[in-house]
Amino acid sequence: MYQYDDYDHAIVRARVAQFRDQTRRYLAGELSDDEFRPLRLQNGLYIQRHGPMLRLAVPYGLISAAQLRRFADVARRYDRGVGHFTTRHNLQLNWVKLAEVPQILADLARDELHAIQTSGNCIRNVTTDHFAGVAADEIADPRPWAELLRQWSSFHPEFAYLPRKFKVAISGATEDRAAIQVHDLGLQVVRDPAGTIGFRVYAGGGLGRTPLLGQVLREFLPWQHLLSYTEALVRVFNRYGRRDNAYKARIKILVKALGCEEFSGQVDEEWSHLKDGPSTLTDGEIARVAAQFRAPAYETFAADDLCHLAHLREDKAFSRWVERNVQNHKVPGYAAVTLSLKKAGAAPGDASSEQMEAAADLAERYSFGELRVSHEQNLILADVPQRELYTVWHRAKAASLAAPTVGLIQDLIACPGGDFCALANARSLPVAAAIQERFEDLDYQHDIGELELNISGCMNSCGHHHLGAIGILGVDKNGEEWYQITLGGRQGNDASIGEVIGRAFAAAEVPDAIERLIGAYLAHRHADERFIDTFDRIGEEVFRQAAYPHPHQSRRVANG
Amino acid sequence: MAKQIIKERRLQDDAWKIVNLVDGEPAIDVCLPVGPLLVPVSVWKAKKSCLIAREYEHGTPLGIWLAPEDNIEDIAADIDDFTVIAVHFPKLADGRGYSTARLLRERHGYDGELRAFGDIGRDQIFFLNRVGFDAFVIGEGKSAEDALAAFDDFPESYQGDAVQPLPLFRRRAA
Repeated sequence: MYQYDDYDHAIVRARVAQFRDQTRRYLAGELSDDEFRPLRLQNGLYIQRHGPMLRLAVPYGLISAAQLRRFADVARRYDRGVGHFTTRHNLQLNWVKLAEVPQILADLARDELHAIQTSGNCIRNVTTDHFAGVAADEIADPRPWAELLRQWSSFHPEFAYLPRKFKVAISGATEDRAAIQVHDLGLQVVRDPAGTIGFRVYAGGGLGRTPLLGQVLREFLPWQHLLSYTEALVRVFNRYGRRDNAYKARIKILVKALGCEEFSGQVDEEWSHLKDGPSTLTDGEIARVAAQFRAPAYETFAADDLCHLAHLREDKAFSRWVERNVQNHKVPGYAAVTLSLKKAGAAPGDASSEQMEAAADLAERYSFGELRVSHEQNLILADVPQRELYTVWHRAKAASLAAPTVGLIQDLIACPGGDFCALANARSLPVAAAIQERFEDLDYQHDIGELELNISGCMNSCGHHHLGAIGILGVDKNGEEWYQITLGGRQGNDASIGEVIGRAFAAAEVPDAIERLIGAYLAHRHADERFIDTFDRIGEEVFRQAAYPHPHQSRRVANG
Repeated sequence: MAKQIIKERRLQDDAWKIVNLVDGEPAIDVCLPVGPLLVPVSVWKAKKSCLIAREYEHGTPLGIWLAPEDNIEDIAADIDDFTVIAVHFPKLADGRGYSTARLLRERHGYDGELRAFGDIGRDQIFFLNRVGFDAFVIGEGKSAEDALAAFDDFPESYQGDAVQPLPLFRRRAA
C-alpha cells in the first residue's frame, strides 16, 4: 500500500499543529462557533448528541495492520473501546473529548492516519472497490488513481468552501462494487481498443433527499487528464452550484438544472483552459504511485487445497462461512475473506478495540499485513491462502468476526441513527437489531439468500436505503419515529433507486412487515432467484399487498 | 489611525475606500469620494469613463471589488486598468472567491494587487494566498497580527496553484 514520503508526513504533521492551534483558540474563546465549525468539520469533528464525534479517514478503504492497531489504541485510550466503520470506509469515534482531539490526531499521524476532509463542504475521502487488486474481473487496479486523487484533493486551496460536500468513487472492475453511480463524481476505469487506460466519468449521482443516478459526462477520459478534468468539473460546481439552500447545493442539482449536456459543455469549456497544463499526469508519477500497490509476494499454490476441500466436506458451519464470507481471488490458492462486523445486538459496523486487534493479527499472520474496509461496513482480508482458511475461521470466530452472513439479511447496512447522530429523525439501531433478531436463525437466513437491506435514520441517507432491495427510512411524525419502506433498490452496474411502497410503519411493526415481504418472496420465487430478481419479475404490487394486509392502510403515504 | 491591511506579509496602512450602493440606488448616481476607490462592478460599468478620467487628471489609481456572484468574464477586458481588484467574502463558507482569484491570476494574467476582504481571518489566509491573493483585510474583531503567522501553516502542497503552478508530483525529488 502507499507509504508516506517526507512530503506526505510533513503535510499531515502540519495539519495536526494547525488543528491544535485552532482548537486552543476555540476553547480560549478567540474563535466563535461559526468560525470553528468549518474548520473542525474539515477535520472530521462533529458535535453530536453525546458530544463530539470524530470521523477518521481510511483512504480508499485500505488499512495496514499497524494502522488498525492504532485505531484500536485510540478508541481505547480516548473513547469507550469501540469504533464504528461507515459506508464510506471511515471509522467514527462517538465519545471523544474536544480538548483531546489534537492529541488523537497526533497519535494517528504516527501511523500515517488522519481525519482530513472526512466531513465539511469539501472533497471527501475517495472510495473504491474493496476487492481492488485481487478481483478476477478487474480491468486495472483503481488504487493508484484513488491515491492520486487523494493527494490532489487534500488541502486543495480552491475547493475548501464548496457549496456542499463532494464525494468521489472509483471502480476498476467490470462489476461496480463502489456504488460509483450514486456519487457526485463516479469514475469507471476502462480501456480503449488500444488498451490505454481511461475513465468513464459519471457526475451528479447521489442519495439524500433527491436520489439520482449519475449521468455519463465522458465515455473515455484518457488517464493523463484525470486531475485537470476533475479540477474543471469541481470549479464549475464551486462557481455555479446553489448556495442558498443546503438541500439543493449538491452537484446533482446543478447537473439536473442545467441538463447533462449543458453542464458537460461548461465543464469542457473550463477544461479547455486546463487541459495539458501542469496538472497533466505523467508516466513517471503513475509509475511511482502504482509501484506502491504492487501485488504482494504470493506463493505458488494449487488452485484447490486438499485439506481445505476436506474441511469443506466435513464441517458444515465452516462451509457455510466459506459460502458467504469467502470470495474467489485472481491468484490460484488464495481467497478474500470478509470479517463480519454484523451481529444481532451490536450496531452494524461497530468493532471493539479487541476485535480490531484480532483483525490486525489475522492480517499480519495470513494476509500480508493489510485489510480493507468495505462499504458494507465489514473488514476484508484480501489475500488469504486457501489452506489457512480453516484456521482463520476459527480465530475470527473467537473474536466474533465470523458471522457467516455476508450478503444475507443480517449483513444489513445501517447508519448510527438517532442514538448518536444529531441530524437523524429516527433511530436506526433498534430497528436493525429487531430485524437481526427476527432473522437470527441461520438456516432461515441462508434459505432467504442474498438480500440487501439498508436503514437510514433520515433523508441524508447515510445508510444508503435507496440502494437496498429493501430500504428502511426513519421519519419523524409529530415527534414519533416512523419507518418508510422502499423496495427495488440495487447497487452495482444496474444501480437503481428503490421506491416507497406506502404508509410508514411504527417501529414495532417493522420486523413483521419485513417478514411479510420476505414471505411474499419465498412464495413466488423461482429456483435460484434472489429477492431482487423476484421483485423485478413480478413487480411491486404483490409485495405491497403483503406489506399491508389490510388494504385501507396502504393508501396514505406518510411524509411523502 | 489609518486602516491597516496585510500586504507583502506585513501590516501596512491603506488608503483605498470601498464604494457601496445603497439599496436601489442607480449606479450612475453614486457619489465618488476623493482618493483611490474600490467600486462595485455596476458602478465600474456605469461610470467607467468618469473613473478613467480621474486617473488621468488626478493620478487616482483604479480599483474594483467583486461580489461572489460576479463573473470575472464580464470585466476580463478591463483587467489591466486596475491597480487593485478586491474580492468580497460576505460569509467565510462562500468559496466562490477562491475560484475567482485563480481565474484572475492564471487565466486572465492579472498581476496587480488582489485583495480579499470580508469574513476572513487567520484560518483562511493560507489557501487565500495560494489562490493568488496578496492583500488581506482581516474581518471585524479578528487579529491581523495573528493572521500574519498563517502564511506558513503548511510546508508543502500537493496541487499547483496561483503562486506555484507546478503540482508536487512535478517537483518531488526523484
